Amino acid sequence: MRFRNPDKRKNDFKEVALGLTERQAVAEANRCLQCKKPHCVAGCPVEIDIPKFISFVKEKDYLGGLRKIREFNMLPAICGRVCPQEHQCQGSCILGKKKRSVSIGALERFVADYELSSEQMELPEINPLNGHRVAVVGSGPAGLTVAADLAKSGYDITVFEALHEPGGVLTYGIPEFRLPKKIIQREIEFVKSLGVKIILNWVVGRTQTVNELFEDGFKAIFIGVGAGSPKYLGIPGENLNNVYFASEFLTRVNLMKAYKFPAYDTPVKRARRVAVVGGGNVAMDSARTALRLGAEKVSIVYRRTEHEMPCRHEEVENATEEGIEFFYLSNPKEILGDERGYVKAIRCDRMVLCEPDASGRRRPECSGEEFILDVDQVIMAIGQTSNPILIRSIDGLDLWGEGYIKADHDGRTNIPGIFAGGDITTGAATVISAMGAGKRAARSIDNFIMGRSKTQSQPTEPVLTQ
Amino acid sequence: MFEILQKKKIAPLVDELTISAPYIAGHAKAGNFVVLRIHEKGERIPLTIADADRQQGTITLLFQKIGKTTVELGMLKPGDPIKDIAGPLGHATPVTKYGHCVLVGGGIGSATLYPILKALKDAENKTTVILGARTKELLVWEDKFREHSNEMLPTTDDGSSGRKGLVTEVLKEVIEREQVDLVIAVGPIRMMKAVSELTRPYKIKTIVSLNPVMVEGTGMCGACRVNIAGKTRFACADGPEFDGHEVDFHELENRLNFYKDEEGQALHLFIRKTKRKGMKLA
Repeated sequence: MRFRNPDKRKNDFKEVALGLTERQAVAEANRCLQCKKPHCVAGCPVEIDIPKFISFVKEKDYLGGLRKIREFNMLPAICGRVCPQEHQCQGSCILGKKKRSVSIGALERFVADYELSSEQMELPEINPLNGHRVAVVGSGPAGLTVAADLAKSGYDITVFEALHEPGGVLTYGIPEFRLPKKIIQREIEFVKSLGVKIILNWVVGRTQTVNELFEDGFKAIFIGVGAGSPKYLGIPGENLNNVYFASEFLTRVNLMKAYKFPAYDTPVKRARRVAVVGGGNVAMDSARTALRLGAEKVSIVYRRTEHEMPCRHEEVENATEEGIEFFYLSNPKEILGDERGYVKAIRCDRMVLCEPDASGRRRPECSGEEFILDVDQVIMAIGQTSNPILIRSIDGLDLWGEGYIKADHDGRTNIPGIFAGGDITTGAATVISAMGAGKRAARSIDNFIMGRSKTQSQPTEPVLTQ
Repeated sequence: MFEILQKKKIAPLVDELTISAPYIAGHAKAGNFVVLRIHEKGERIPLTIADADRQQGTITLLFQKIGKTTVELGMLKPGDPIKDIAGPLGHATPVTKYGHCVLVGGGIGSATLYPILKALKDAENKTTVILGARTKELLVWEDKFREHSNEMLPTTDDGSSGRKGLVTEVLKEVIEREQVDLVIAVGPIRMMKAVSELTRPYKIKTIVSLNPVMVEGTGMCGACRVNIAGKTRFACADGPEFDGHEVDFHELENRLNFYKDEEGQALHLFIRKTKRKGMKLA
């Protein structure tokens, strides 16, 4: 895969990864062994028939390849860009054992982008409307997948989105340089072309309650509202001016286009020296965004080591190439402010790694030493938790942990007719795992409405994958 | 799209818009707000739902034209659309029979008090309203407050209407004169802080409605976080009303001023652009 030059790309918001050329794509497709029992398919949360789609690329039938992917996955241009393929399909590729696995993600992206550049959009077969309406709450990856799958089967789907743009975390969370908005818009256009209606500015639970949706004739409701509430450390100084939660920082820049202020009305503070706290993809996105807003120096502060970082390895590489520095084994304990209430430094404990904790990662402990980093902005990117607005409004819905919805493997909650999937059931995870949950929920919603309901399995607390 | 049905100028720099938004009107309760965005390039701003008419399917918003977005909003006319409005957001005011409630409003904050007053009246509370402004013409909805309250006490800095002086002076008199069971204060931070300090020694439950910088308004971003009794809370999802005796007003004021430069820049550019186009700033 080709990437733009780090010295150039760090000054703008244009996409960093350039994708494969046609010749590269065909060469890469030819490396695929077309295994009889393909491990890559087993590694894919939505079980795309990967060898089959690659065989179309070999034959230079790119649209045929895309058609094959879309039988399983309605958002290929997005997944080709943001899936952690190294842990999924590519991580399972047999070639990877000896040398380099097939770049499946890059091929997926290639066929999706090929269709975009050829300006044709091929619609899959859609069953005639069956007269049943289903409401989908949230237009992120889980919701879009449920909507697309059920629309194809003949359901009349309405998606309700609280924000003024559809896409959920794809739109407000992931920056333009990693996932361009025009790619998201294109995939959403595709979902709409299946007959899906998307209603914006509709805060289910407030603008309309779940019971009112049932009264309006919706036979089932899928909740895919994501894990949309930022976590924070609760350390002194966290509310000083110029301390951002990553969710706010990224929402300002991605959703509100604050990097174009004052052409767009929403501002964001540009800082000289920035510390980003956290080690996930959101931390990398925030750091690289701060750099693009003109910061001279951006540091990632993470309490474990590179080995335990939950972000994609590719993102660490990209960030390093762009000049972002990493302070590992560093745990913030206080943010220091000046007399005006603005950030001036961050004080951290130096950590050492001890025995593994519940997540299987080695637990960091204070070494007794500390250090101070002079910064004028701090971005907290230490994770998200569930957003209470909708959940509080549904009486009797079973929850677990910090307010996540209890749903079984097929997305069923304890209330018949209410289904859920994605981050609101598992805690913050990946785009593709939300899509996998959406696929399973779509099947069980179909079974529920058609009266093919299997006996309901007991909702269980899902095992976190990260 | 949300159509503007009516527009009224109710005080210098203060406009009232009636907007068609049937679902929001149908669910709005006292204390709720909406987040709106005028157009594609606009910012999202929170505004209290000052009134809602379920039958007509309309909401009424009051705003003071002090920034780029509010000035631009004030230039819209009946028939014009507002691109995005989401709501009703925030917790509703807890309304029950308290006894004697004193509602203290300063400036545009009075708009928030109006639906609260009506709800408290419906719950059979005795109500006293103290409205404060610099001068008579800046008193917002004086007649409406008078109509729905048991007692209406305007105060102005210059004495042009009601008492000359501060709302806290009048509030103190009321507290010393008779039993007060609840105080609700909405307005500038310094006013809410002064009211909370005044009621603290009397141990009177005091609710304030906070209006920090917000971005999305549904608890997703944390821009509106405030410090309540030493804990971080989100004004949009946990508020906007909090116990005035627990609010860190100093931090709130500091955070509210964070984008002052950008707000000034945006307003300046907008005024220049509008004048160049030969358009009138309403």
